[in-house]
Amino acid sequence: MSEHILLPEGSIEKQTTTLNLGPTHPATHGVFQNILELDGERIMKATSTVGYIHRAFEKIAERRALYQITPLTDRLNYCSSPINNMGWHLTCEKLLQVETPKRVDYLRIIIMELARISDHLICNSIVGVDSGAYSGFLYVMQFRELIYEIYEEVCGSRLTTNIGRIGGFERNFTNTAFEKLEKFLDEKTGYPAQLREFENLFNRNRIFMERTIGCGAITGERAMNYGFTGPNLRAAGVDYDVRVHSPYSSYQDFDFTVPIGTTGDCYDRFLVRNQEMWQSLSIIKQAYQKVQEFKGAEAEIFHADVPAYYLPEKKDVYTKMEALIYHFKIIMGETEMPVGEVYNSVEGANGELGYYLISDGGRTPYRLHFRRPCFIYYQAYPELTQGGMLSDAVITMSSLNLIAGELDA
Amino acid sequence: MLTNEIIQQKLTDKFGDSLTDWQVPFGMLTFTAPKEINLKVLQFLFDEPELKFNFLTDLQAVHYPNNKGAELAVVYHLHNWVDNIRIRFKVFTDINQPDVYSATALYQSANFMERETYDFYGVNFVGHPNLIRILNVDEMDYFPMRKEFPLEDQTRIDKDDDMFGR
Repeated sequence: MSEHILLPEGSIEKQTTTLNLGPTHPATHGVFQNILELDGERIMKATSTVGYIHRAFEKIAERRALYQITPLTDRLNYCSSPINNMGWHLTCEKLLQVETPKRVDYLRIIIMELARISDHLICNSIVGVDSGAYSGFLYVMQFRELIYEIYEEVCGSRLTTNIGRIGGFERNFTNTAFEKLEKFLDEKTGYPAQLREFENLFNRNRIFMERTIGCGAITGERAMNYGFTGPNLRAAGVDYDVRVHSPYSSYQDFDFTVPIGTTGDCYDRFLVRNQEMWQSLSIIKQAYQKVQEFKGAEAEIFHADVPAYYLPEKKDVYTKMEALIYHFKIIMGETEMPVGEVYNSVEGANGELGYYLISDGGRTPYRLHFRRPCFIYYQAYPELTQGGMLSDAVITMSSLNLIAGELDA
Repeated sequence: MLTNEIIQQKLTDKFGDSLTDWQVPFGMLTFTAPKEINLKVLQFLFDEPELKFNFLTDLQAVHYPNNKGAELAVVYHLHNWVDNIRIRFKVFTDINQPDVYSATALYQSANFMERETYDFYGVNFVGHPNLIRILNVDEMDYFPMRKEFPLEDQTRIDKDDDMFGR
């Protein structure tokens, strides 16, 4: 029997260490501050500070015409900005009661699911990086590049896309865009093969499993109470998905499953995200098939016929009087909105991305609120990390997929 | 099948005439409750076995400067995942005494959302464990999303900027 050495009351060895993880720590992948009380390497208490990159989007939006708000939404979750853009267009269309043609819906779904894949692949490969496996990250990054090339072909930009317009897209998808999509979807040389390899590297990797199983776990009930949505909630075993619960943009036409986990730990979140990428690939294939079924004049439709709200093409502006008038009305922000308040949500890569828009009949929103999933589930971070090791806190943070832009609005 | 009519009926049975301004904009049931009973309404919606509104989707405030005596509205969006139905309810409060009971005891998720609402509108959530600014700097002594702080008028002409031509 060894005797315990009792340290005198108040001696330095008995005190906990205060550690500032962040605001600019390389492991946080963004600007977050966490003040941790450490007992050795174990976290006793965590306090989070957010707001370092707050850019007052909600205030700015109160002075912007609808089409000028789209670039603001880009900068929320910048890993999947097309979903934010589409969510905003869908909200406006709900308020303005614009019906979009089926082909537009399917094209939108292709873009949104590509965005979901690009978001999840970053998140999952970063979990790998934080647990010490860098190579997976380098391999999948090539395929994010392919996704960005598709965005570029459709809208001209890559990260902050500003893709689409109210009522549809700014231009029809070119053949090059579809060729790039086919290249991305190719079973042998495209993303499916890469994702399979990525899963081989991680899913049954002993080191990775030891590192992530049981780390940052949360029960389904707690997750609901904390306002979790998206993959993080589904990893805890609750099958809530906005695409299924309140289908938007014709998601009801597609056949897909909602993967769920059981324990809500980092490993389950990783697996759920991987499975969602497979589901997204399947949705993209179905949507691409449906798009190809449109023939003749139908295959040329890429926006709804709503001249008062849809920004006309430049060639029409130069040649048609009516298009010129609408172009000026829209660009100068002189389109009046109907009075009303509308809440619309889409399944963002992180969860339910909601837009609460109040219009008083003016040209700009009276009030616009973004429900940002990151911001809401980040408050569970102290609870997830308490009692765990410091290195687990880093993995938990990356597996929650915290995006500073979305957190701080 | 739970419908807006059943929800309205159940709420009226419980709270009588104190719930007002029933509307259904874009299919979402909306009503106004006195600010004294906001927690009672939330708790009733949470507990009632037929209603099961146990997910707080969103919480934010709106400022109506012309609505004297009830300038600030706190808006709750609730979601019932079982029957997949959403409702929205508002409580109005005087801007000079913006005290509203905090929902943090019922929903952990309300913590940050109420802090954000306090930060931008100055709604004082009574019972909140840590009601401090969250996105703005701690030294700020005003509530920036209120309507008395307008953004610059985009059509102003008194500015002469050679570089950007306005």
